Amino acid sequence: MSGIVLDVRDLEAGYEPGVPIVRGVSLHVAAGEIVVVLGPNGAGKSSLIKAVAGLVPISRGTVLLDGKDITAAPAHMMVRLGLAFVPQTENVFPLMSVEDNLKVACCILKPREIPARIAEMYAAFPDLERQRKSVAGNLSGGQRQMLAVARALIVHPKVLVLDEPSAGLSPKLVAMVFEMLFAIRKSGVTILLVEQNAKAALAIGDHAYVLVEGKDRHEGVAAALWNDPVVAELYLGQRPKVGDKAELSGRGSAA
Amino acid sequence: MSLQFIVDGLLTGSMIGMGAIGVTLTYSILRFANFAHGDFMAWGTYATLAVVGVIGAMFGKVAPIGSLSFGWPLIVALVAGIAFTALLALLLDKVLFSRLRKQGQAIIVVMASFGASMALRSLLEFTFTSRPTYFSRAIQIAMPVGFGIRITPDQIALLLLTAVLVTGVHLMMTRTQTGRAMQALSQNAALARVVGIDVAKVVRVTWIVGGALACVAGVMIGILIQIRPFMGFDMLLPMFAAAILGGIGSVPGAVFGGLIIGLAEAGAVQLIGAEWRAAVSFIILMAVLFVRPIGLFGVRER
Repeated sequence: MSGIVLDVRDLEAGYEPGVPIVRGVSLHVAAGEIVVVLGPNGAGKSSLIKAVAGLVPISRGTVLLDGKDITAAPAHMMVRLGLAFVPQTENVFPLMSVEDNLKVACCILKPREIPARIAEMYAAFPDLERQRKSVAGNLSGGQRQMLAVARALIVHPKVLVLDEPSAGLSPKLVAMVFEMLFAIRKSGVTILLVEQNAKAALAIGDHAYVLVEGKDRHEGVAAALWNDPVVAELYLGQRPKVGDKAELSGRGSAA
Repeated sequence: MSLQFIVDGLLTGSMIGMGAIGVTLTYSILRFANFAHGDFMAWGTYATLAVVGVIGAMFGKVAPIGSLSFGWPLIVALVAGIAFTALLALLLDKVLFSRLRKQGQAIIVVMASFGASMALRSLLEFTFTSRPTYFSRAIQIAMPVGFGIRITPDQIALLLLTAVLVTGVHLMMTRTQTGRAMQALSQNAALARVVGIDVAKVVRVTWIVGGALACVAGVMIGILIQIRPFMGFDMLLPMFAAAILGGIGSVPGAVFGGLIIGLAEAGAVQLIGAEWRAAVSFIILMAVLFVRPIGLFGVRER
């Protein structure tokens, strides 16, 4: 399959041996796509992409990046192989300046490339340039997220993997973060995204998977998934519609 | 009150400060209090002494440099001692600390370092006996520099060496990719791996820097005071006090903490009496932590 950047096959992973949290997930991300992984709390979304990023031990299955097997690669090799990960929380070094946060991420670039690359990031994220000397821990939630994404992009990744970039942000900032991701995709970076915020994620996504109890239970074109009844049942039970409750209780009393 | 305590305090403070850099780096990057750090000092000093002896046997008596008490053999031996101490620290990490660190319980590593400290010290006593020894028995004339202060050429040279080394380490920590990687690892180990930092490599650099400075501090003690197997262990409390006073993880903090404690001890010797020197430095430590619990150069996370 050409054009597949990230190919996850039958992945089983978990923090402790014999206790898999991810229990056989297959998914793939084609070049230039935004792929969204949805699912209720505790479905293993976060563990899935942490396993892909080398942070959670994998007990079965394979992860291919551009056709190359990276299943066993340690976390610090991932950026060298072309996979950049943005964790959900604590995704900047809080006591280092914005600029040092970017510089430290350049550890795989040649020293002479670094200044130009940082200038490019400042051009893309002018807010960061204004704050370049500030300590990252003093940034606002949205700016931190921006810094974390810039830090991941600075190494020219083939695929950008994000764990709930909207977590803990105000609705306005959530919109900003998703606009930012959409713009990044436009610039040619492939994105794999785990999200709780299904509506916002499906709005920018191309393809989506729904994870339930550590397994991929459903997939489809992102735009169509929002109204898919299977998805509603698997996951969006958290989205009661007017009339749903009456219908369910009606059925219940009939039984 | 004689102002001589300033020179004495700066010298003691330099020794404490250079040791405290290693303590603060291992504490912030490897997340444990290394009680064997003082014994790196002693081992480095004895290694340097041994190399001086070998050079003496090969080249005979060498004239000292200028009005210093030592000649080129000590400088060559110090370089060898630094390499030896760095290797010792790396070896101890490989056979002992790295395995225990994987289990994730800091207290186990701390206790292991305490055991390593005793073992290292006993080996020195076994090999070299606990009798004090010296690099040189020559007596140096202290030069008056005004205000009732006297200083020997050795003391001037060692203060300059401290200034150069401390500045160098500070620049390395703040201006180089290796230094930034060390900072990153101390702030968030998982994120450090995510951004591509090879943790094992950074850990090695940390031991090398800590071991090297411990050796220099030990040799300084050896030149200015005397060489004993307990020389490093006796520095342990002031070193930890300096690291905490300056703010854990901060290189300038460790040095300033060391200087403050050194000056306080030297001043206390004059004002209250030598037996109270340790008490005074700890009262200062407690007073500073009462006002600023993160230490002088510590940074509060928001």
